[in-house]
Amino acid sequence: MAGVRWGVFLASFYPEEFMMILRGAVAGLVLFGILLSGSAVRSAEVSTLLSSIRGVVSDGSGNQVAARSWRELVTQDATHLPAILAALDGAKPLPANWLCLAVDTIAERTVARGGSLPVKRLETFVLDTAHAPRGRRLAFEWLSRVDATAADRLIPKMLLDPGVEFRRDAVARLLLEGADLIAKDQKPAAVAVYRRALEGARDNDQVGTIVDKLKSLGEQVDLPRHFGFLMDWRVIGAFDNTGRKGFATEFPPERELNRKAEYEGKEGQVHWQDYTTKDPYGMVDLNQPLGKLKQTVAYAWTDFHSEAAQQVEFRLGCKNAWKVWLNGELLFGRDEYHRGMRLDQYRMKATLQPGANQILVKACQNEQTESWTVEWQFQLRVCDATGTAILSAGAPPKP
Amino acid sequence: MNTSFSTVLRVWGVAVTLFLFTGADWLRFRGPNGSGVSVDQGLPVGWSETENIAWKVDLPGRGVSSPIIIGDRVVLTCCTGFRQDRLHVICFHAKTGEKLWERQLWATGRTMTHPAICTATPTAASDGKRIFAYFSTNDLVCFDLEGNLLWLRGLLNEYPNASNSLGLASSPTVVGETLVVPIENDSQSVTVGLAADTGTTRWKLDRPKLANWASPVVLGDQPGQLPQVVLQSGSRLTVHEPASGRELGVYASGCASQPSSVVGDGVLYVPSGGLTALRFTPGSKEPDLLWQNNRLGASTATPLLYRGKVFTVNGSILKAGDMKTGKLLWQLRLKGSFSGSPIASDGRIYLFNESGLGQVIEIGEDRGRRLKGGELGEKILSSPSMAGGALYIRSDAHLWKISSTATGG
Repeated sequence: MAGVRWGVFLASFYPEEFMMILRGAVAGLVLFGILLSGSAVRSAEVSTLLSSIRGVVSDGSGNQVAARSWRELVTQDATHLPAILAALDGAKPLPANWLCLAVDTIAERTVARGGSLPVKRLETFVLDTAHAPRGRRLAFEWLSRVDATAADRLIPKMLLDPGVEFRRDAVARLLLEGADLIAKDQKPAAVAVYRRALEGARDNDQVGTIVDKLKSLGEQVDLPRHFGFLMDWRVIGAFDNTGRKGFATEFPPERELNRKAEYEGKEGQVHWQDYTTKDPYGMVDLNQPLGKLKQTVAYAWTDFHSEAAQQVEFRLGCKNAWKVWLNGELLFGRDEYHRGMRLDQYRMKATLQPGANQILVKACQNEQTESWTVEWQFQLRVCDATGTAILSAGAPPKP
Repeated sequence: MNTSFSTVLRVWGVAVTLFLFTGADWLRFRGPNGSGVSVDQGLPVGWSETENIAWKVDLPGRGVSSPIIIGDRVVLTCCTGFRQDRLHVICFHAKTGEKLWERQLWATGRTMTHPAICTATPTAASDGKRIFAYFSTNDLVCFDLEGNLLWLRGLLNEYPNASNSLGLASSPTVVGETLVVPIENDSQSVTVGLAADTGTTRWKLDRPKLANWASPVVLGDQPGQLPQVVLQSGSRLTVHEPASGRELGVYASGCASQPSSVVGDGVLYVPSGGLTALRFTPGSKEPDLLWQNNRLGASTATPLLYRGKVFTVNGSILKAGDMKTGKLLWQLRLKGSFSGSPIASDGRIYLFNESGLGQVIEIGEDRGRRLKGGELGEKILSSPSMAGGALYIRSDAHLWKISSTATGG
C-alpha cells in the first residue's frame, strides 16, 4: 500500500514524468513477457534438438538427422549452455561428443563476438555433482576462460570429486603444497598433505610421486590396497599356443573351475597352484610359477567377495593375448602380443554378485624370441568409474 | 539478409576460395596424393627465430599429425590430458596464425600409444569443403570449414578390437565421395570406406592381422585412369575400387609397416624388398614388377618422387635413385634421425630431424647439396606441410609457418 501511496503522491506533482515511467514500465513488462514466452518456446525447441542428438547411434545411420539438429542447436544463445551440458547426463560417449562440440561452438562464438557466458549458472552446474563429470568439466573450462578466479575458488574443494580431471587438478595443488612444506622442513605437515593428496589421487603418475615423497618422509603406502589390485591367485598351465591357436581354444579351465582337477597340458599333467604376487602394482608374472615358456597358455583364477550386488570396473594391463571371465561370463578378450602394457590399459564394466565371484584370466604367450617378448604377465584391479579401489570383502591391509 | 541470399554468398565465397587456392592446398598427409611434392616456389632455404618465421603459435597439446591447408585455413589435431583422451581439432588463419576455431571431443576408444607418439598422430584429410580428423582412439570427426560438425563416428564401437597398443598412425584419405580409413593392427584388422557426406559405412575390408602404420595412396594419376586405393601391409599389397572396396589387384609380397607407398607417372613405388616399382595394368590383377632395389629401403620416412628421382631416408642417409631404373644415384649423410617424411619444392628437399633441425637439400644430378636450413629447438616427429609458398611444421608445443615474407608468400 505504501508503494501505491507514493505513486499517487508522485503523479500529483510530476504527472508527465510519472506517465513516462508508467509507459516504460508497461512496455518493459510486455517485452519481458514476450522474451519469456520466446525463451520458453526456444527451450522447447532446444529440448527436442537435444533428444534428437542424444539418439545418435554408433553406426552413423543417424548422423544426418543429428547433424541437422546440431546445426540448429548451435544457433541458440549461450543461456542454453547449462541445458545442453545437462543433456550429457547419462548420454553415451558418442552423442556426448556431439553435445560437447555444440557447447564449444556456442561458447566460442559467444565469446568471440563479445557476448557473455552465463557464469553463475555455469558455476552452479560445475558444483552440482549430480551432473555427469564430463559436462561439469566442460562447464568449468569455459567458466575458467572468462573468470580467472574460478580455478582457485573451486579446485581445492574437489579432491574427492566424481570427476577424475577435477581430482587431478586438486591433487596437483596439494603436491605443490607438500613440496613447499618439505622445502621449509615442515615434515609432519608435509606428510599430512601428501596423505590427503593420496586420498584423491587416482592417476599413476601422481600416486607415484606421492608414494616417493612419503617414502622419503619415512612413510609407507599400501599400493595394492590403494589401487585395488588382485594379488592372490591360483594359476595353471601351460597349455598349447602353437601357431597362436590357443587363444581361441577352449581348454578345461574355461569349462570348469575345480581347484583339485588335473588336466593334460602342453607337456604333461598340469594342476592349479597358489600364487601370490608381491609386486606393489599387482603384476602376476606367470614366468615365475610356470617358467619362461613360449607358445603357451596359462589361466589365473581368484575369488572376489562382494558384500552386495554392484557395478564395478575391471581394469587390466597385459601385453599378451588375454581373456577375462566373471562367474563364467566372458567379459572381453584381445589377441595382441607384445605391443606394450600400462596400468588400466583395458577397462571392462562388470556386475558383481553378492558373495563369492569367480574371476578367471587367460594369458597367452606367443612364439617371439626377442628380449622384449619374455614377459608373460598381467595386472588386474577392481574399482569404480573414478578408479577408486573396490576391495574384496575381508581383504586385509598390508603393512 | 535472407537465407537464400546468404547461401548464395556462402557458395560464391567457397567457390572463389576453391578457385584461388585449389592448386596450393595440402589436403592430407604429405599433400597431393601423399606425394610430398608442391609446385610452390620461393620457399626459404634457411630460417631462424628472427628470420623467415611468419608466425609461431602455441598448441594446447601433443601431436605427430601434420597440418593440412585448405585455402587460408591451416587445420591441425592435438591431444591433451593425462590419458591423452582430449582430442582437439584447431583451425588457424594461414596469413596471421590467428586461431579461427577449436573443437574438442573426448576419446571413445583406447588411448594407449607408444610414448613417442600420441593419439593425435594420424593427419587429417580434406576434400576442400570438409575436414576429416581421425585419432588413434578410432574417433573420426567431420567438420565444415567453419568448424560446424557434420558427422562423428567412434569406430571402436563397431570394431571393439580394432586398436593398437602402440597407437594407430595411418592417416585417412578421401577419394571422391569415399573416406578410406585404415585401422590395421594385430587383432581386429580392418579398413573401412565411409560416405564422406554422412559418415556411414560403405564397405569394410578384413585386413591382415598385422600392425600397420602406413597410409593409403591412390593410383590413377594418368589420364583416363580411374582412381584406385592402394593398401599395403606386412603380408601383401592390395588395390581397391574406392566406392565399393572391391579388390582389383594384389602384390603378394610383404611391405614395410611404417613408410607408405608413393605414386608417380602411373607407377607405384612400394617400400618392399628395399624399394619396388610396380605397374598395375587394366585387366591384370597382378602388377608388373618394373624394378626392385634393396639399397633404396626406407626406415620410417615415406619415399619421395621428385624430378625423375626417388628419394628414401634410411637412418640418417638420404638416398637418391633413378625412378625409371631403380639405380642408386647418390647418397648424402644428414644430421640426426628422422620420424617425419621429406617433402619437395622448387628443386629442393625439406626434412626435419627428430631434434627439430630443418635441413634443406638442393637436388643435383650427381649429388645433393646441403643448404642453410634452420633449427627450431624442439622435438619434431611430424612431417612438414607446404602451401601458398610457405612451410608448416609442428612440434608438441608449437606450429610454425616458415616463409620468405612476413605474410607468408
